[in-house]
Amino acid sequence: MTANQMSGEMNAVFTPSDSQGSQKTTVNRLAGGQIDRSRRLRFTFDGKGYLAHPGDTLASALLANGVRLMGRSFKYHRPRGVISSGSEEPNALVELRSGARREPNTRATVIEMFDGLEATSQNRWPSLSFDAMGVNDLLSPFFAAGFYYKTFMWPKAFWEKLYEPIIRRAAGLGSLSMEADPDAYDKGFLHCDLLVVGAGPSGLAAALTAGRSGARVILADEDFRLGGRLNAETLAVGDQSGADWAAATVAELASMPNVRLMTRTTIIGAFDHGIYGALERVSDHLAVTPKGKVRQTLWRIYSKRALVCAGAIERPIAFVNNDRPGIMMAGALRAYANRWAATPGHRVAVFTNNDDGLRTVADLRAKGVQIAAVIDSRPDAPALSGVEHLRGAMVIDAKGRLGLSSIVVRTASGDTRTIPCDALGVSGGWNPNVGLTCHHRSRPVWNDGIAAFVPGNDLPAGMTVAGAAVGHLTTAAALRTGAEGAAAALADIGHSAALPDLPRAEDDAPRLTPLWYVPHKKGRAWVDPQNDVTVKDVKLAHQEGYRSVEHLKRYTTLGMATDQGKTSNVTGLAVMAAMTGQTIQQTGTTIYRPPYTPVPIAAFAGRSAKEDFRPKRLTPSHKWATEQGAVFVEVGMWMRAQWFPKPGETTWRQSVDREVLATRGSVGICDVTTLGKIDVQGTDAAEFLNRIYANPFAKLGVGKVRYGIMLREDGMVMDDGTAARLAEDHFVVTTTTANAVGVYRHMEYCRQCLWPDMDVQLISTTEAWAQFSVAGPNARKLLQKIVDQDISNEALPYMGCAEVTVMGGLRARIFRISFSGELAYEIAVPTRYGDGLIRAMADAAKEFGGVVYGTEALGVMRIEKGHAAGNELNGTTTALNLGMAGMVNKKKDAIGSTLSEREGLNQPDALNLVGFRPVSKDALMSAGSHFINAGAEANAANDQGYMTSVAWSPNLGHYVGLGFLKNGANRKGERLRAVCPVKDLETEVEVVSAHFIDPEGERLRA
Amino acid sequence: MRYSGFRVIREALTGHKGWQPAWRDPAPQASYDYVIIGGGGHGLATAYYLAKEFNQARIAVLEKGYIGGGNVGRNTTIIRSNYLLDGNEPFYEFSMKLWEGLEQDFNFNAMVSQRGVLNLCHTDAQRDAYTRRGNAMRLNGVDAELLDREGVRRIAPFLNFDSARFPIKGGLLQRRGGTVRHDAVAWGYARGADSRGVDIIQNCEVTGMRIENGRILGVETSRGFIGAKKVGCAVAGSSSKVMSHAGMRLPIESHVLQAFVSEGLKPVIPGVITYGAGHFYVSQSDKGGLVFGGDIDGYNSYAQRGNMPVVEDVCEGGMSLMPIIGRARLLRMWGGIMDMSMDGSPIIDKTDVDGLYFNGGWCYGGFKATPASGWAFAHLLATDKPHQTARAYRFDRFRKGLMIDEKGMGAQPNLH
Amino acid sequence: MIINHPLLGPRDSQEFTYLGDASLIDRPDWQAPDAVDQFHDYLYLRDNPAGEHRELWFHEQGDRSWLVVTRNVVTHEILNVELASDVARSRGRSK
Repeated sequence: MTANQMSGEMNAVFTPSDSQGSQKTTVNRLAGGQIDRSRRLRFTFDGKGYLAHPGDTLASALLANGVRLMGRSFKYHRPRGVISSGSEEPNALVELRSGARREPNTRATVIEMFDGLEATSQNRWPSLSFDAMGVNDLLSPFFAAGFYYKTFMWPKAFWEKLYEPIIRRAAGLGSLSMEADPDAYDKGFLHCDLLVVGAGPSGLAAALTAGRSGARVILADEDFRLGGRLNAETLAVGDQSGADWAAATVAELASMPNVRLMTRTTIIGAFDHGIYGALERVSDHLAVTPKGKVRQTLWRIYSKRALVCAGAIERPIAFVNNDRPGIMMAGALRAYANRWAATPGHRVAVFTNNDDGLRTVADLRAKGVQIAAVIDSRPDAPALSGVEHLRGAMVIDAKGRLGLSSIVVRTASGDTRTIPCDALGVSGGWNPNVGLTCHHRSRPVWNDGIAAFVPGNDLPAGMTVAGAAVGHLTTAAALRTGAEGAAAALADIGHSAALPDLPRAEDDAPRLTPLWYVPHKKGRAWVDPQNDVTVKDVKLAHQEGYRSVEHLKRYTTLGMATDQGKTSNVTGLAVMAAMTGQTIQQTGTTIYRPPYTPVPIAAFAGRSAKEDFRPKRLTPSHKWATEQGAVFVEVGMWMRAQWFPKPGETTWRQSVDREVLATRGSVGICDVTTLGKIDVQGTDAAEFLNRIYANPFAKLGVGKVRYGIMLREDGMVMDDGTAARLAEDHFVVTTTTANAVGVYRHMEYCRQCLWPDMDVQLISTTEAWAQFSVAGPNARKLLQKIVDQDISNEALPYMGCAEVTVMGGLRARIFRISFSGELAYEIAVPTRYGDGLIRAMADAAKEFGGVVYGTEALGVMRIEKGHAAGNELNGTTTALNLGMAGMVNKKKDAIGSTLSEREGLNQPDALNLVGFRPVSKDALMSAGSHFINAGAEANAANDQGYMTSVAWSPNLGHYVGLGFLKNGANRKGERLRAVCPVKDLETEVEVVSAHFIDPEGERLRA
Repeated sequence: MRYSGFRVIREALTGHKGWQPAWRDPAPQASYDYVIIGGGGHGLATAYYLAKEFNQARIAVLEKGYIGGGNVGRNTTIIRSNYLLDGNEPFYEFSMKLWEGLEQDFNFNAMVSQRGVLNLCHTDAQRDAYTRRGNAMRLNGVDAELLDREGVRRIAPFLNFDSARFPIKGGLLQRRGGTVRHDAVAWGYARGADSRGVDIIQNCEVTGMRIENGRILGVETSRGFIGAKKVGCAVAGSSSKVMSHAGMRLPIESHVLQAFVSEGLKPVIPGVITYGAGHFYVSQSDKGGLVFGGDIDGYNSYAQRGNMPVVEDVCEGGMSLMPIIGRARLLRMWGGIMDMSMDGSPIIDKTDVDGLYFNGGWCYGGFKATPASGWAFAHLLATDKPHQTARAYRFDRFRKGLMIDEKGMGAQPNLH
Repeated sequence: MIINHPLLGPRDSQEFTYLGDASLIDRPDWQAPDAVDQFHDYLYLRDNPAGEHRELWFHEQGDRSWLVVTRNVVTHEILNVELASDVARSRGRSK
């Protein structure tokens, strides 16, 4: 069947009965290919409807429908078509899908077709074929590399107001939807003996070798069809086509339980110790992500060995106007024809410097595509028959703004000829795909034999490379090195694998005579098409001294586009090398960085997005508090009840004031489970705590609790809390909520690294005990209804503790300690009884008019009492600052005590924690205010300290504050300015004792 | 050669034949009055101000690779002067003022863009801390605004106000903060220094220091011995390595910080936004890429590359704070070596060796400091006295207990 | 990274929390006449080598062991992993 017959048939097939009228016929669909012609899929591009088949990509379908113009370039907004058939595509970027699922900058070459696909061109206005910003192209002489560094400096204010907004609007590529991504993403972890990256001939041979040996193998490929170039070529493997051999091999691999085939999976990066990142596009090929499924999964693959079989990427030859839509890589032309049965045109020319480009000629001819001419830069190239083969010729220009119409050729004799054509395939040779091998900063090395970089010697540990990726550009060598590479990698980990009998395949290394760009005096020849970097830009960078490859890249933006220079870097380096007279090896390369291809930010986040960013830790009373209508607040990972609104209360202050007054007037209950709890046991437990805390603990009696401060080794207060001695060799330490994890880690450090022979064991029991504070004059009465034993003042005095039972036998612990300044206890029961206990206590409290209070009331009461909390323990305050200098015992070794003696921490005007009240009772105070002496100007030089915490005291009827003031301990009664410029607030305050309530501590001991 | 719009037009019309190299490529001389080790932003700025502001001559900058190849070439381009502590705030404000006139000063458009830096807060305690910091800024004469939730929404309506794990309660905004085209800073200083006679010597690695009787005589390099009356070291992540040539141990660890850029997008984010409940901050470059980062990987490293846990952590923060970026793609990740100091603040000081001076410990905040760091270091080199805004940046502050610890994390570099 | 825990075998480094140079084991004598100077050097000064580095990691999401990991900080290759308590004892620390 000829192509014409085929397309006639196609037209018949594609005359849709439900046609919208505007649908184009598939004029450029050829015979054959790996598409399912039995099904047709509808899609739109820029609102226009087209038809495609399963197996198509958006790029192949557009080409088949006669669409060559697919995008606009970044800087000059030049019209662009697709140039590649893979993930290296720099030009054909579209916005895929619509609404909240819009994906800007999506490469048409990797968009797998589905029914109903919507794509829109981007970076153009008002339309793709007429883009107003195309005026940039006319102004291009003014927009040479780095022009913006030399102008737009005057007048100064114009940058943000005028120049930059214009530049920002013109720049960028696609647009975000500005809606939250509605899809779900997953993360997963995989382990294997051998990871094979890429499922072309070398990868398939490698996986086959390793798979048959029984090793655990993962074979990953970014494509939706495994086989790599075997699917794009007509070269035979054994007595099959390459594609058939690939399919048969894949089928065998799929039958092996020890082999995991991962299609649509890109290995994005090589990380330390054999860990590879991989992105699997689970549902991107479907119109809608199925319910309960994810769009993509980010895998971490833990491999013992990895074999990179990533193939090679064809490179262009730069010539004037080489960016016209319709000019593409010769290998891509072949891939579209062979795999997708699509062609950008029916009259095609080929421009090559190597034998591989000639394969395109043969394959297209076999598909019935007319070859306009073959321009071969090599005068000594093997002559082709049946086509016009211009040897020693070069393409010097291309015409056709929105689509190629002709090329201009300079022949070996120096004549100039114009050759009409609607597509041109260009081959400048193939660059081994070394990206992954460079992720640990290995530099590739130049190989003169193939005029390309190949992987260097210092690859990531455990990584080897096979096939075209290491410079073996024939199918036979790919198969062989893949199999051998797998066997060698496995042998390295003590696993033997027999080499399979490999089929015979072509083994003629293509001959190549390097040609990087066609010399030109006028016009522009593109090196990096997306970022609009031309040969002249590289030359200008050289002229201005930006000659290091990194300067070249940064000055011209070469290789910084979304393809990370996959098709442009080496060409740019070659141009620079030609300028400097150095070799390309001497010129060096920039560093390929992860990810190999761009990865959605959402995929890196996985499930940890939006409200699921971090897990929620719920307190034992959470369910009960929810029933009570509590308002919750985030405290680290915890959700704590902030206050409990009652009917009729319209502001949070009403609720909080009520809770405070009821607690101080009768009794209040608060869930304090979030405080860290560390169980300390062993014969050296007391001595251990003696060194952890700045104040002494060695002689604390059994049944007693002591408040303690822990210092960091630098003398700053790390945390405060209590330690209760339940037995001679058993303590329970409490920490603040914020420092629970850090204090435990620190104590383990001290135990294991500093005093390894101490007989002491630690375990965090924060989650094991539900703990409630019960505070207020009726606290004992309430608790006596709960606790089975006598808790009278005699039986359990202030700072006493005991192991008791509650509710008729449930084991519990009780500590007579107080944060609020009231007669108070903390009672702890195993966590699973926390819900029961809060219900019982809340019930019992009713008799006394008691309340359950939240963190706000807790905060108010601790400020009223002058207790330091997070705002005061901010990591820069010493015991001296906090008024606890006397607690730092100098007669023992304790963490932090030595360095707390440094002069800078003991200056006479050091900050002291004191209380503040507004001079005018009604005045507002604000935490974060700075203190300025009365009459002094409010500036940094006059800064006397800062307010740390402020609360409205319903007991006192005015605001109360805590703060650090220079020499504050000696300034009681002084009036100061508390200035808060960011709130436009200033308050006259008086320095007072930090203990606003019960300064003598009588209530505690009642 | 002076750059101007006129010059650009003239060159455009005459085929760009007149552009000269931005800096020379001189061979090292036998000796200099000043040798600056490190051709990054700070070293080049030091040389520039030594020549321009302190009228010094016979200056060389030695760079082991290519200039601007360290952290000035790989950072997230943010400038701000929103510090809390007295030791820091005046210095960073000095830097901000220099940024504001920098391009005209060195005749190179570094795209200094004061689009605002917004720190978000998510708890009451955090708001209190921001209030204190904003007030400290204001008392230092620096702009600062405390925003409530609605104020944040007006500036950044695209943030996650509906389903956040840690709701946005407000923010501290410095409108004068913003971003700068980072490479251009190195190039602008290099060009400005070169035009004032400074020798910028690339591919010249310092391999030793010649010190006799407590005085430095010069440096051994991969290109031979270079004599110097004074040597200033400004090598960021390589500080410990270079200063070990003088037998010094520093209060510095080298850590890797990763940063990320997305594919180019039409304008999304107006300024710089930092998340207060996760490790994520973001801005958008003039080219359209979202430039973002988070925390350091946390382990000592000279590898200039990081690992996946931090990449994921940063993106999780991003997807928590602004899930509109979910379908934007991360294009490139890279890692730089940070000279993490023991209190999170830098050192610009003399050493125990006569004629040897040190500038380092910038942690991951060195970029915004570049102009003031260069100026203050030049001041110290030229006058032997600290610049008035950099007086606190002394080595002996740790011995004396005068740490400048903005975060309050103590002597653990990976927590700053 | 993967840390080969001496008791538990290979573990992802994400399970661990990093502290810093293993010299933090060598805490000075608080009663030495120059204790403040010794503590200054101990707490604040680092070799920070560009090569092999002995460092402390805490298996926070695991068995709570502190480990001394010998790692090349240029290549990230891990050369040795020991229990910190063993290292501490070998350096003369006891109670």
